[in-house]
Amino acid sequence: MISLNVNGKTYKLDVPSDMPLLWAIRDNLKLTGTKYACGIGECGSCTVHVDGKAVRSCGVSVEDVLGKKITTIEGIPENNPVKKAWVDEQVVQCGYCQPGVIMQVSAELSSGSDPHKVIDSLDDVICRCGSHPRIKKGIKTAAKMMRKEG
Amino acid sequence: MEKQISRRNFLIKSLKITGLTIAVSITPSGYKLLNASEKKEQALKSFKPNAWFEITPDNAVTVTIGNSEMGQGVLTALPMIIADELGADWDQVKIVQGPALAAFKNPLIKLQITVASASVRGFYAPLRNAAAAGRAMLIQAAAQTWNVPENACEAVTGAVRNKKSGSKLTYGQLCLKAATLQIPKTPPLKKKSQLRYMGKTMPRVDIPDKVSGKAVFGYDVEMPDLHYAILARPPAYGAKSLSYDDKAAMKIKGVKKIVPTPDWIAVCADSFYAALEGRDALNAKWGKGVLPGMDNVVIEKSLMADLDKPGAKVRQEGDVKASLAQAKKKLEATYYVPYVAHATMEPMNCTAHFQKDRCEIWAPTQSQTVAQIVGSKVSGLKPENVHINTTLLGCGLGRRANPDFVAQAVIVSKALGKPVKLVWTREQDFKYDFFRAATSHRIESGIDGQGNLTGWSHKVVTPSILKYIAPQAVKGGIDFYCLWGLADYPGSPHDNNTAYQYPNYYLDFVISELPPPVAPWRSVQNAPNAFVVESFMDEMAHLAGKDPLAFRLALLKGNMRATRVLETVAKKAGWGKKMPKGRGLGIAQHYCFGSYVAQVADVSVKKDGSIKVNRVDVAVDCGPVVNPGPLEAQMEGGIIMGLSTALKEEVKFANGGVATENYEDYDLLRMSEVPEIKVHIIDSDEKIGGIGEPGVPPAAPAAANAVFAATGARLRTIPMTPERVLKALLKG
Repeated sequence: MISLNVNGKTYKLDVPSDMPLLWAIRDNLKLTGTKYACGIGECGSCTVHVDGKAVRSCGVSVEDVLGKKITTIEGIPENNPVKKAWVDEQVVQCGYCQPGVIMQVSAELSSGSDPHKVIDSLDDVICRCGSHPRIKKGIKTAAKMMRKEG
Repeated sequence: MEKQISRRNFLIKSLKITGLTIAVSITPSGYKLLNASEKKEQALKSFKPNAWFEITPDNAVTVTIGNSEMGQGVLTALPMIIADELGADWDQVKIVQGPALAAFKNPLIKLQITVASASVRGFYAPLRNAAAAGRAMLIQAAAQTWNVPENACEAVTGAVRNKKSGSKLTYGQLCLKAATLQIPKTPPLKKKSQLRYMGKTMPRVDIPDKVSGKAVFGYDVEMPDLHYAILARPPAYGAKSLSYDDKAAMKIKGVKKIVPTPDWIAVCADSFYAALEGRDALNAKWGKGVLPGMDNVVIEKSLMADLDKPGAKVRQEGDVKASLAQAKKKLEATYYVPYVAHATMEPMNCTAHFQKDRCEIWAPTQSQTVAQIVGSKVSGLKPENVHINTTLLGCGLGRRANPDFVAQAVIVSKALGKPVKLVWTREQDFKYDFFRAATSHRIESGIDGQGNLTGWSHKVVTPSILKYIAPQAVKGGIDFYCLWGLADYPGSPHDNNTAYQYPNYYLDFVISELPPPVAPWRSVQNAPNAFVVESFMDEMAHLAGKDPLAFRLALLKGNMRATRVLETVAKKAGWGKKMPKGRGLGIAQHYCFGSYVAQVADVSVKKDGSIKVNRVDVAVDCGPVVNPGPLEAQMEGGIIMGLSTALKEEVKFANGGVATENYEDYDLLRMSEVPEIKVHIIDSDEKIGGIGEPGVPPAAPAAANAVFAATGARLRTIPMTPERVLKALLKG
């Protein structure tokens, strides 16, 4: 049995210890907001927070995250500035890659990164719809909201 | 998951909901309106309504949409049309994703399908008329209630108001009475100035769930006892199975069954991971393919060699030979565009539950009609017993109109006797894509003494796209899908003819027999064809010593809309301004799916041959605009996708199959490579056009023309990799 702490809850799972975290989140916990798109850490659609840091859940095994705090897109409150900014700026097109982008952006903005630095960091995510111009707007808007909230 | 209901039940259910239901029926001459509420079931069955809304006494306006949402905003745009013309309040509108029904067939295509940028352009007029009729009937119902003339009443956001007394009755209060009235044949439409929603950006209804993580794509479908299936498939086209180890696969914990077919072997398991491990343990071996030596070199050589074959004549105007013979200056060039992949973010997948007398399908499909037909074919069930539940689509791009993944899911579910989610890995999504067709072109053109273009002779080689969709539509060796942007078939509802008026013109076509399967890919061949035409147009302008904008405008005389987008974008981008060394502006225009789009790209070329697109201005005339925000997003996305093919994308082949594995060897345009994009929407009351695809075609040629302006290097092949740019610079 593997014990995982996801979104503040502890789950006991009967899964192989080398199974990527992604599949435990999606298939065992049924938290399907975290997406599979490449499986090799290339696109960022499966990004979650592990102890507050953005991590690609396809590239870590369940064993790797034992005892760590995992947060998925479902564990981010709806009033989170990044989520709010994403709705306000109508960032999303098909939306499949966006939970991962939101997780990466929220981790970096929370750690105090400058919005331009966050935009630069997104060279390692893939979005086929071409929502990039709106992702940039979303990041700037979210950063403004966070500054106001202090 | 809500249980699917048959069409008959759906209609009965609609009737039982006491209220006003208006259905639209497509007839050969156009559309007819029918008040579903007053007709008996028998009468209804003889109609094929194509869209409807329902007003119920609880004051809800329920709009049912049969189109697929893939980020273009169709679940918002079509209800906006209805709500606005009906006079409903947006807050009272409920939106429902409809099943596969004849009712939802696109009037232009006669299929329930979300392709060809056709959703709004197909449904705009029918939905406005249906909604206008509803509004007229609600007004009539109010007038009768108050015993006043109809012109003493007006519709105001979800209610009818008595102009004299000021009292109001809501649509919910009026719907039962309205249901008893005759439908007006020619209901008056609102004037542009009376519209409240159309033309103003409305937030997309699908976005909140996509941000929260609740949105359900095909890959996210869940249900009790759901099994997962992953296929083993041959690495080369046409390769046959030699051996596989089903015992080893069955040893993997969670693997339940192996389902072999002549084309693939499915491994079914109780989790994705077990199915994947089982697929690997299967260790399937395959023979050689139909063209074992095929790689990118073989493909390009083959397409280039086919340019020397006699082609089927597609268009002939005037006398090209004579015009070229008399030309003062002439130029001949060959162009090449490779295969590119759809690379949708959500890999192909489908969930099916085959039962004795029915099959339930949950699919991220662009075509409910095709999915239902194919589901029926492989299950042996009647189409009406195959129920299509459309999920959200993680990109469509044309790939998801193909029903291959639906067929696989139904076959495996039938064999397993359980609900099955058939999933493709990313690697499979590349290997078994139906690509955008590679194409080679040869053009010869001439200039007279005044620098005017005299004639244009154009040969195109492309593998047939229609062969995989509607082989009977390939007639006399001509596949118009391959020729879109240059020519379109007579009576086509897609308006994919060139906008240029050539004085003398000849177009012929050769079908390539290369094995990689092909399909429509956002704008179909409009994009590769526009790359060739708009690049060569630039070459001819320079040969004539003319400004590329003026040279184009001379061939677009009398075409007000094409002229206007070109002039607008030129002005906005500062066309003609002096650019620093190594930096240039390129212009291109293209007309497709009823919309005119022109773009100016501002590009820098570095010494190492790398290209940076700094900014793209785009002017678009698609006629009336329903939702401007998503229109801008479609232009942005179309340009980014077009630039991605211009700079980076090319599928790799080796040993008779696809060598590309994943995004690491099929890179897309990244954040720092995305230019600033300025969208200029033309205020237009002309015929409505599409917006999903027309942003793509001008992007690659505008960038290529800008590279020429910056460096004098002419790139006749995309992607414009640094190596190709350096080679062209040496030549230039």
